[in-house]
Amino acid sequence: MLELIDVHTYYGNIQALKGISIHVEPGEVVTLIGSNGAGKTTTLRTIQGLLRPRQGKILFEGQDLSSSSSPEIVRLGIAQSPEGRMIFPRMTVLENLEMGAFHRQDKAGIQADMERVFTLFPRLQERIKQKGGTLSGGEQQMLAIARALMARPRLLLLDEPSMGLAPMLVNQIFSIIHEISDQGTTILLVEQNARMALTVANRGYVLQTGEIVLTGSAKELQVNETVRKAYLGEE
Amino acid sequence: MKPWQKIVLYLAIVYFVLLLGPIAGLDLPRILKEIAQSPSLLITQLLVGLINGAIIAIIALGYTLVYGIIELINFAHGDLYMLGGFAALTVVGAFGMQDGAPFISAIIPMLVALLVAAGMCAGLNVLTERYAYRPLRNAPRLAPLISAIGMSFIFQNLGLFWGGLRSFIPIMGNTAAAPKSFPDLLPRIDIFRSLGIDTKVDFTTKDLIVLVVAVVLMVSLNWFVQNTSAGKAMRAVAQNRDAAKIVGLDVDRVIVLTFLIGGALAGAAGLLVGLYNNTIVFTMGFTAGLRAFTAAVLGGIGNITGAMLGGVLIGLLSALSDQYLSSRWTDAWVFGVLVLILVFRPSGLLGENLQEKV
Repeated sequence: MLELIDVHTYYGNIQALKGISIHVEPGEVVTLIGSNGAGKTTTLRTIQGLLRPRQGKILFEGQDLSSSSSPEIVRLGIAQSPEGRMIFPRMTVLENLEMGAFHRQDKAGIQADMERVFTLFPRLQERIKQKGGTLSGGEQQMLAIARALMARPRLLLLDEPSMGLAPMLVNQIFSIIHEISDQGTTILLVEQNARMALTVANRGYVLQTGEIVLTGSAKELQVNETVRKAYLGEE
Repeated sequence: MKPWQKIVLYLAIVYFVLLLGPIAGLDLPRILKEIAQSPSLLITQLLVGLINGAIIAIIALGYTLVYGIIELINFAHGDLYMLGGFAALTVVGAFGMQDGAPFISAIIPMLVALLVAAGMCAGLNVLTERYAYRPLRNAPRLAPLISAIGMSFIFQNLGLFWGGLRSFIPIMGNTAAAPKSFPDLLPRIDIFRSLGIDTKVDFTTKDLIVLVVAVVLMVSLNWFVQNTSAGKAMRAVAQNRDAAKIVGLDVDRVIVLTFLIGGALAGAAGLLVGLYNNTIVFTMGFTAGLRAFTAAVLGGIGNITGAMLGGVLIGLLSALSDQYLSSRWTDAWVFGVLVLILVFRPSGLLGENLQEKV
């Protein structure tokens, strides 16, 4: 479904991705784990067309994305819940969700998706008229995911959905991610919380300073010596 | 000293300087006496201030919309409004309108003038964005600001040139730089007296028409931004440009739309000020632009309601200063407000500082 082939991305002259290759198959949950500054967010931003790869190819269902604009990429079926949530603080919950579906014309479909996200996140329905900036951190995270779902993506990019949340909320968010995946959306999940990420993912990649150093099924990674030491905090 | 005592002390010092100094003559007892002698004059001045303020507010909206979207103070905006006035005068002249032309025959020329002025200013503003600001979008903040000041000079000289085209546009008069008289086309029927209310307050149909048009423009803009999907896209880009890109908004198109709307409003304001004050001059964009900018900052730059409120407050302040202080010092009062706001409340009256939660 999605394939990155030897992608190099730079911020100015600083190389953030040093030739990474990953692939995501339909229906999968794939996770990218790694520490701060490993290039996880850069990878997602490159997929979405917010950064341009200097070298390499990004294929989505066979189509090369490396010269497509972000609006085109969203239309093709890739939506993102970005790091730090980035909701629109002075727009209501409803307006934030509408923005997620901005490029769509099918009113009935939008309405159906609105109901779907309210089933997933009943909290958002309670706060439908409230301004995004007045929500709690966990609610903002739900809103960011819900807004991405409003694009009816076939591939959902999730960037650090657990960041800054209390453990109970983290569990809740991950069970929702599980549910979204069960409903048939393919997910590429970026996480620092490797333990949680590996419980929902089918496969994973370990990213270190812009390079993929390890890959395997979630089960393999969970028992891998390096992963356990570096990312799961076990001896 | 406690902070409030300090403030009171400063205010007292400032008051006595202004009272005793030869300049501004802020003599409150005299002013109160004048108001008591002729309260209707106060009301008349408040109405004048309200109408001029509404026009300032329309210009201020252009500043605030653009600032909200790309954080640029578009210093060329005032001069764009001046060009709107010139376009309107040209159209009205081409229809052969003169002072005292019957209102019925002036309706169509005025509507055409509105469309031409708004359309021309919208187009110019979009071109300015495309060629003077967009190439500098990722440059340091100062670069587009200087570019905007440059555009302001270009527009002023364009206005000067336009004013000199008397062989093509006779209504421009003989001297390029001189103020142009704008035909008095709106009927002046005294509303209160024709309703049988005996009062000294002057409020004519002319005032009413200008006020209504200005309010309609502001209300429709507000409605557009709050309720249409294009307006919501504008707010989204203003609130978080990165997030807007991520949800797939075409940010460049939203910016173009913003300049289009701001320009159209400036053009409309150019026509209104011509019809209301019956004189336009190629330098008027400079002062009006600074006043509108002050209004936008006063209300909280980036805030649409704030720009409207700020415009009306600045209009009222100017009118009261013209009447009760000295018209020579009106600009000093207005820009004094700008200084005070920037020092004590840079976010403006309605500026919100909604923190994003992490």
